Amino acid sequence: MLKLMDRLFDRMNRPAWFVFPYWFMFFVFIVVPVVAAVVLSFTFFNSIQLPQFIGIRNYVELITLDIVFMRNVLPNTLRFAFIVGPVGYALSFMVAWMLSHLPKTPRTILAIIFYSPSLTAGIAMAAMWRIIFSGDAQGYLNAILLDWGLIIEPIQFLQSPDMLMTIMIVVSLWSSIGVGFLAMLAGILNVDRTLYEAAYIDGIKNWFQEIIYVTIPAMKPQMIFGAVMAVVGTFQAGAIGVALSGSNPTPNNAGQLIVNHIEDFGFGRFSMGYAAAISVILLLLVYAISKVTWKFLGEKD
Amino acid sequence: MASKFLGTQINPDRFHKGQLPFFYILIIFSIFMILPILFIFNHAFKPQSELFAYPPTFFVRNPTFDNFLELARIVSTSGVPFSRYVINSVFVTSIGVFLSILFTALSAYGLAKLHFKGKKLLFEINTISLMFVPIAVQIPRYIVVAQTGMIDSYFAHIFPLITMPVAMFLIKQFIEQIPNDFIEAARIDGASEMQIFLKVIVPMIAPAIATVGILAFQLIWNDTSTSTLFVNDESLRTLAFFLQTLTSSVGNTVAGQGMAAAASLLMFVPNLVLFIILQSQVMSTMAHSGLK
Repeated sequence: MLKLMDRLFDRMNRPAWFVFPYWFMFFVFIVVPVVAAVVLSFTFFNSIQLPQFIGIRNYVELITLDIVFMRNVLPNTLRFAFIVGPVGYALSFMVAWMLSHLPKTPRTILAIIFYSPSLTAGIAMAAMWRIIFSGDAQGYLNAILLDWGLIIEPIQFLQSPDMLMTIMIVVSLWSSIGVGFLAMLAGILNVDRTLYEAAYIDGIKNWFQEIIYVTIPAMKPQMIFGAVMAVVGTFQAGAIGVALSGSNPTPNNAGQLIVNHIEDFGFGRFSMGYAAAISVILLLLVYAISKVTWKFLGEKD
Repeated sequence: MASKFLGTQINPDRFHKGQLPFFYILIIFSIFMILPILFIFNHAFKPQSELFAYPPTFFVRNPTFDNFLELARIVSTSGVPFSRYVINSVFVTSIGVFLSILFTALSAYGLAKLHFKGKKLLFEINTISLMFVPIAVQIPRYIVVAQTGMIDSYFAHIFPLITMPVAMFLIKQFIEQIPNDFIEAARIDGASEMQIFLKVIVPMIAPAIATVGILAFQLIWNDTSTSTLFVNDESLRTLAFFLQTLTSSVGNTVAGQGMAAAASLLMFVPNLVLFIILQSQVMSTMAHSGLK
């Protein structure tokens, strides 16, 4: 058997043996769905009858008629993304930078602690957050606040439109120290020491200048990787609002993000064509924001 | 003399007093980070009397396995034995992780060390798809899975998840820094490309493989969307999906909270253990993760 396999491998020289499996899967599960989303976005499709071509009507409706999208979903998404993305990214960098100043053992232990929330993958931990933020006096946060006399009656954290978004942001930030953080930590640890020595001779004076003029430029590739991961992770994390409040749409659409809107229309109302148009907008949005971030970081030499 | 440069204090060999401010800040911050996780550990082992206690307590006083037993009992009344969900998840995750590593590493070697037309373009496409958000194309993916007849099969849990552009990117960058001399030497000895890959490259890229393995594990083990969208047969669904449905139905009652916590713990702990075991491999892979 082993011999047979060896004989088989003996002849495997063509690049196709190597690249075909991955790229076949890539084609079927990434390229085809993206193309299909673009095509479907120009159709009316209820998943029972064949799709009907209707031109750009879905997009026109999305912009002109979908009040929930323009008034809640889009502003919510941008607000969520522009807080969680940059703050999470800055937090990851600062933690990585501070950790890099510690000896290996404590650094490893603390890195595991900081990284472990991102292992919880948002939705899986929703049950726990529902216990902590439970709306009656039994809820942990309510009980503490009542006990300290900060509030008189329990707050409906997850059902209150005012609170839901804040909680989503806090929970997402908590789990935002992820792959990008590990990349940046490795990047900082690998910066060539002589660069610092040269920079001090050139006249930099403190740790702030050190970060700006030495550390970040030297690990720029990791900074960019971390930024792209932060953007993608932020948009991917969006489903948390529905998981926390337990309903789609979320109360008063307060926690409604684009990903929830897609699900609501696609699987809730079977307006697949319309949902596809929203998907295309989301993909373009993520791509545009990543590219802008990338350009911005790439040019800051 | 080197010690007066702050930058040379990065990655120190031993402890000294200058590190104390970093220790203080990081330890205080890490306590905030770990509180929710400690909470779930404590909550999962609380007996009913402590779950109902008012004011609620944070730490468990008399730990029991009641919540886990109750969880197992509730599951078995649903008609599908608990072990079935566990087996499904373990099976799907192990096959998925294996295929993901295999396909990704093969392609990464091809793009890093072989010569063929269009390899630059493929890598370019892969880099663009780092920005791809799978959740956005759930609907067309559903159509693809339905059209290929994968609905209600184990394939539906595996194939849609195993293509990870981040994984390809990480392994390719890692292979790139292996000197060509190793490969040339093996070629002179008459080895085929596949033999070089299996005997020379794979042992050298163990850290990258471990990293991709852990990323794939997290993705597949925690995933609930394939069970929700592609599988209607209850006996083919995964543990993650089952626990999520269970906790969203019973988690709102105080009695169910203990179970919900136990379920969350069951999902979380394998991720954590795996990461702790493999963290040094992950760190050495991440050193090559830069984008330009």
